[in-house]
Amino acid sequence: MFEAIAFYLFSAVTISMFIITVMSKNALYSMSALAAGMIMISGFFFLLDADFLGVVQIIVYTGAVMALYAFGMMFFDATRDVKENIRAPKLVFLLSGMTALLLVLAFVAPIVSDHIQALYPVVDGVENPQAVGIVLFTKYLVPFEVAAVMLLVAMIAGIILAGKKMDESLTLKIDGDEEFQNKGSK
Amino acid sequence: MEAYLYTALFAPFVGSLFAAMFSNRPKNLVAGIAASTLLFVSWISSVVLLLHVAHGEVVHVKMMDWIQAGGLAIPFGFVVDQVSATMMFVVTTVSTVVHVYSIGYMDHDKSFNRFFAWLSAFVFSMMILVMSDNFAGLFIGWEGVGLCSWALIGFWYERDSASWAASEAFIMNRIADLGMLIGIFLVYWNFGSLQYDVVFSQVNGMESSILMLVTAFLFIGAMGKSAQFPLHTWLADAMEGPTPVSALIHAATMVTAGVYLVIRANPLYGEVPEVSHFIAGLGAFVAIFAASMALVNRDLKRIIAYSTLSQLGYMFVAAGLGAYWIALFHLMTHAFFKALLFLGAGNVMHAMNDELDIFKMGGLAKKMKWTMIMMTLASLALAGIYPFAGFFSKDKILEAAFATEHYVLWTTLWVTAGLTAFYSFRLVMLVFFGEERYKIFGFHPHEAYKYMLWAMAPLAVLAVIAGFFEHDFVHFVSNMLPIEEYHVSSSTFWTLVAVTLGIAVTGIAVAVFAYSRGGFSKKLEKTFIYKLLFNQYYIPKLYDDFICKPYAEISRIFWKDLDLKVVDATVDLIAGTIYKLGMVSRVVQSGNLSNMLRWMGVGLLALLLAAILYSPIR
Amino acid sequence: MITLSHYLILSAILFCIGLVGIYRRKNLLMLLFSTEILLNATNVGFAAISKFYGDLTGQMFAFFIVAVAASEVAVGLGLMIVWYKRRGTLDIDSMQSMHG
Repeated sequence: MFEAIAFYLFSAVTISMFIITVMSKNALYSMSALAAGMIMISGFFFLLDADFLGVVQIIVYTGAVMALYAFGMMFFDATRDVKENIRAPKLVFLLSGMTALLLVLAFVAPIVSDHIQALYPVVDGVENPQAVGIVLFTKYLVPFEVAAVMLLVAMIAGIILAGKKMDESLTLKIDGDEEFQNKGSK
Repeated sequence: MEAYLYTALFAPFVGSLFAAMFSNRPKNLVAGIAASTLLFVSWISSVVLLLHVAHGEVVHVKMMDWIQAGGLAIPFGFVVDQVSATMMFVVTTVSTVVHVYSIGYMDHDKSFNRFFAWLSAFVFSMMILVMSDNFAGLFIGWEGVGLCSWALIGFWYERDSASWAASEAFIMNRIADLGMLIGIFLVYWNFGSLQYDVVFSQVNGMESSILMLVTAFLFIGAMGKSAQFPLHTWLADAMEGPTPVSALIHAATMVTAGVYLVIRANPLYGEVPEVSHFIAGLGAFVAIFAASMALVNRDLKRIIAYSTLSQLGYMFVAAGLGAYWIALFHLMTHAFFKALLFLGAGNVMHAMNDELDIFKMGGLAKKMKWTMIMMTLASLALAGIYPFAGFFSKDKILEAAFATEHYVLWTTLWVTAGLTAFYSFRLVMLVFFGEERYKIFGFHPHEAYKYMLWAMAPLAVLAVIAGFFEHDFVHFVSNMLPIEEYHVSSSTFWTLVAVTLGIAVTGIAVAVFAYSRGGFSKKLEKTFIYKLLFNQYYIPKLYDDFICKPYAEISRIFWKDLDLKVVDATVDLIAGTIYKLGMVSRVVQSGNLSNMLRWMGVGLLALLLAAILYSPIR
Repeated sequence: MITLSHYLILSAILFCIGLVGIYRRKNLLMLLFSTEILLNATNVGFAAISKFYGDLTGQMFAFFIVAVAASEVAVGLGLMIVWYKRRGTLDIDSMQSMHG
């Protein structure tokens, strides 16, 4: 009962938040609604006994990603309404609606689940973060490390891209290479 | 002996390749000399083989397997027996002479090297034709000589008439070769093999209807190659080629290939008298038909070409009457004196700056003594005057016709003999004797190079003496060909000889008498018969009107109405539709991210739909 | 009782909201927001399947998706800033250089 109430509550809030995100003309509103939606999503994770994932969701999305967007939006004029020339809005809803309909149809249909067997079953008597840790550091160790490297690369890329020198082209500097290097060393 | 066989076969090929290496270069005397030398080597090998097979042995080699497909097995095999040895001797002798002669004749031609490449290639093909031990090899050689003939008739391809004549010869031969090919298919179908010996050993058990079909279709091929009626028009037009080519291909060797085929397949033809009689009848018809056209023609080479046609008719009469050895014998003697005649004509043409009208010549004997002597010898041989070569072979044919009681054939050939004598000496008289008309036209004739005359000398000698080898020849080919003794009483025999000689001498006498006094009156040229003969019985015109023009019209209809309006239109429609579709769908590729995302959405939708509709889980 | 289907349908609805954003908006920043919605929608689905089949693999996928999303935001935002410095706008239509 509690689960059902929580599910429908979270669902309603999430959906409305995301709709605001998508439809709002103001970037700031959008971002705020998105952040709220993210928090609600983490609520689902807790409902689904994925405690660790829920925590990560809050920390990464609402903590890091949203902060990043907030900083990024300092560069843009965030308070001004976004002006967009939206062509054929009906088509958009038609496409999305059809997709949604099909997906729902597919998911409502009874799925033959007999053949699906758990590869890494949840171990009884072990808390979720611990279980996740066990799987993550055994079976998924290599992807985990790769993901770490990817994050590092992304971080460096973000720094470089948003760095001061970016109002000058890096690629067009090949001819004046020496001059460019001199500049860099100063 | 195998080494000699391969030498005889491949020496011309090597010569051809050697000359072909210089084909785009300016004149290189080495190309001509090398080709001639290699042909001489081939000639020596042929003579060695001739002497070898004279003892009754047959050289048979299998060079390699050529086609091995299911039940079809065709080897590249070569056989030198008495028949092919004779042909090899004739071919290499005439070719060697013509090669050496051509070094002089083509002296000033810019395509000197190309000429020798093709000429030697022709000899190689001809050798394959005569030496092959199966019908497939024969066909390869058959097509090879056809190709080389095309290239050599059209040797001066910058002239429209030459390339037209080359195409005509090639197309006419294609028509005939289709018949030949069907004949070969029938042979394989019914006999299960294409080897001569296998096929001929099964002749007895065959139904006569099958044999008739086979021989008839093979003879269609022979008709094309040997320019028999109604496929004869190409031979006269083929005179557009250089004169040595006419001497070698269109007089001595290639055109006799049809006769060779009939002789070679004599076990088949011997079994079907109907076809053989048809061959003999057609031969006699062509003999008098061609001779009549030669009577009035003004063109030096065409006269000799018609005479070749006429003599081929004689050969077919002999072959059709079952006297194969006589056909082969006449083939041989004819090759010698006709090649000589053509080479002499070449000398005259050189002297007259390629002028061919014999009415513009006359009195050339003073300037060209040796050419005159040799051409007169050749004409005497052609006319069949004792003791020249033509007498023996032609007399034998007449004797065979009389002895087998084909009196119509005999009469036809007898009249033809008189016509032959007449037109031969009409030619000689108009060219070498009488009034010196060339002076009016401003020609300065001169004798040909010495070595050209020396090259012709062997042919002149052979044209004179070849007839005396008759008995040796009979003995020589008796292993291969049926020899029939014709039983006529000796008084009849001598009467026949006398009558034949008589009409030949009469023909010569009329020609000499008439043309030494300035020729016949001009009134004759107004008569219908003169016009008919001069226009070759209007046959080329008939072909043009009833075959070429309707065909061109049909082609035009197909081109304008079918190809352009149906085929092309369909293709254009497809192309146009695709082009328009491209124009319409071009907007998709706008490079606009939003548009692309929407298209991606359409794709997603389609994929989802497909996934649900074709889901394995239902 | 809340079943797997409930979660999956929720996931589908969220995903389609993301799709609406992607199709509709012309602003690059909004596109990035919509992308986040899409990623989160799938995450919900993964977590639900993980729970109802008693298998941790779904959660693992969700983790990596979070990692990818974080990287994407870092790089995407950087590129966006560069673009904004160059052009002074974030409208997609301004990127179009072909006429189609």
